Amino acid sequence: MSENKETKKSARSANYLSAKESRRISRQNRKITSAMEKKYRRKNVPESEYLTQMHDPRNVVEFDDLHSYFFTDTGTVKAVDGVTYEVPQGMTVGVVGESGCGKSVTSLSLMQLLQRPQGQIVSGSIRLNLGDKAYDVAKMPMRAMEQIRGNQVSMIFQEPMTSLNPVFRIGAQVDEVIKLHNPTWSKGQVKQRTIEMLEMVGIANSEGVYRMYPHELSGGMRQRVMISIALACNPRLIIADEPTTALDVTIQAQILDLLRGLKDKINSSIMLITHDLGVIAEMADYVVVMYAGRIVEKGTAQEIFSNPSHPYTIGLMASKPVINRRVDRLYSIPGKVPNPIDMPDYCYFRDRCEQCVERCQGKYPPEIHLTDTHVVSCYRYWDFHKEDK
Amino acid sequence: MSKYIIKRLLICVMILFFVTLIIYSIMRCIPTSFVESIARERAALPGGKSYQEWLAQLNAAYGMDKGILEGYFTNWLPSAVRADFGDSWFFNVPVVEKFNDVIWNSFTLSCISFVLEILIAIPLGIVAASKQYSRADYAITVFALIGISLPTFFFATILKYVFSIKLGWLDLFGQVGRYYEQLDTWGKILDVGRHYIMPIITLVFISIGSLMRYTRTNMLEVLNADYIRTARAKGVKESRVINYHAFRNTMIPLVTIIGGTLPSLFSGALITETLFQIEGIGWTSYQAMIAGDIPFSMFYMTFSAILTLLGTLIADILYAVVDPRVRVA
Repeated sequence: MSENKETKKSARSANYLSAKESRRISRQNRKITSAMEKKYRRKNVPESEYLTQMHDPRNVVEFDDLHSYFFTDTGTVKAVDGVTYEVPQGMTVGVVGESGCGKSVTSLSLMQLLQRPQGQIVSGSIRLNLGDKAYDVAKMPMRAMEQIRGNQVSMIFQEPMTSLNPVFRIGAQVDEVIKLHNPTWSKGQVKQRTIEMLEMVGIANSEGVYRMYPHELSGGMRQRVMISIALACNPRLIIADEPTTALDVTIQAQILDLLRGLKDKINSSIMLITHDLGVIAEMADYVVVMYAGRIVEKGTAQEIFSNPSHPYTIGLMASKPVINRRVDRLYSIPGKVPNPIDMPDYCYFRDRCEQCVERCQGKYPPEIHLTDTHVVSCYRYWDFHKEDK
Repeated sequence: MSKYIIKRLLICVMILFFVTLIIYSIMRCIPTSFVESIARERAALPGGKSYQEWLAQLNAAYGMDKGILEGYFTNWLPSAVRADFGDSWFFNVPVVEKFNDVIWNSFTLSCISFVLEILIAIPLGIVAASKQYSRADYAITVFALIGISLPTFFFATILKYVFSIKLGWLDLFGQVGRYYEQLDTWGKILDVGRHYIMPIITLVFISIGSLMRYTRTNMLEVLNADYIRTARAKGVKESRVINYHAFRNTMIPLVTIIGGTLPSLFSGALITETLFQIEGIGWTSYQAMIAGDIPFSMFYMTFSAILTLLGTLIADILYAVVDPRVRVA
């Protein structure tokens, strides 16, 4: 019977969904998400519920088998499907991958900023080190999360042009975050700190900018303001979600310099999300390569750039232009990222891979340790896996 | 800013001139003629002059013997500029006096329902948007759709049936009760208030839907904006995100709508006023129109045109108040 259904479905277009089926899915989704929403919106949750222990106290954040799904009307999109990595204190971790592979969703999960109610952290944990204690962000309710956001973890977004509220003055927007997390400060203190922050990110006319509206500033200036908002409370971790994508190249370099300098100044870690390998090479200490919601390779920047192992990483490296080398046509990885609904249980990259081996027909490859820090999910390194065991 | 406002006001005067010219032409062209019906009435009386004679005499008396353009430029415009709108033909009193008699009934009615509409529709729209696809959202949307699609007369009739016929709480129609004259001042106010309850409910219920839908759509758009995510990333409380960060941005398109409804405060509600027999401007202007009463209709429509122009001007100024991006330096 089910066999019959299966063939019936594949006979039609793979993307076809009957109205009845769509209704069933959306009803089911609502059931799942409303239960999660209720849990998230609870009041007076005891701290013990989300208190946890860091596996390694030198890490700021540990993602442990994180699953973040989007419950859409066409099916469940597994945007992040079992991601595990950590961000050590004072280090910069670069997350790379092409569009739609779950880089941003991972970072938004850490901030609990997924588009609710469709986007939900389904399982796994995100351990956040607060110094004297550690919280599991995946279990935290809304009210506790508000204390963390902007204070312990802050975020710089991709689009500086639209990331600032157009109807409020710059000063008010920076003041707000400082005031929120330092409620005892006086107005004068808050303003002084704002001016100080604006100067720190390299805005010369800080008093003037304080009174300006976002539309009176250029994109680079707005991104500086965003950075000053992100750094205003000395966070332990700064998530930079493609901070330079929308800016021109000279401003890009300035912004990256700024970020690097400020990171050392306030001794925090950076999670740098980008698809620009040049930026990663320049900034990152560790690199995480994601593909279709999973990590395919991670290691130190040195390892990834000198010895890229997963065919996807190799492809990414090959598709970036290199100075002083003439090529007729820049390499591009064939095919595109697979549909994230109904992912098959084999290596997601198999259909685009040019280096398949026989074992690739099997299940999704496990994590294989090439060195202590260099991990890759690919059957081509199966021999190392055996040694590992 | 003042330069801008002066420029806009001058444009308004130009528009007003053409609007009144067009309205005057239309009024002269419509088939209902007050003069003709009076002439026919007089001619039917025994022993009088003939219809043709009456018509010629009345046309001369009412200034209808001139052409449309001539009539406009020699009769209507010069006196209108001097704020003299003449006497109403149908009501036999000065136009302004008649207008002043009835407008306040309409104004009270629409003003109260307008305020109620805003107070109900905007919060409902915000709740519906911030809890998108929840039960509350569906309930509000259904409620709004019922309001939009129910015809006024139907809803008013249901109200009348329930509250005055079945429950007997309110009077079926009219503006004052039977013992109005014997009441003291407070009693009179309360009595009129009681008679306004059902018309106001009708007006609010049928107009709430569109404003609520509009608020919801705008709020949804704003809630998906990047700066709302920034606000959340700053650690701002959810209630403040919605009521402060998002609301200020939702206000921008709403003020244009609200500014545009200014003329409707004075234009009355024809159907509701008729159903509840409230002598308001909607009802009065309708009577003037079907009788072919040119002075009254001209005054009423010029007044509406002025309000419409002022409404858009006020909306534009309010726009600059809520949105710093359009402020004129």
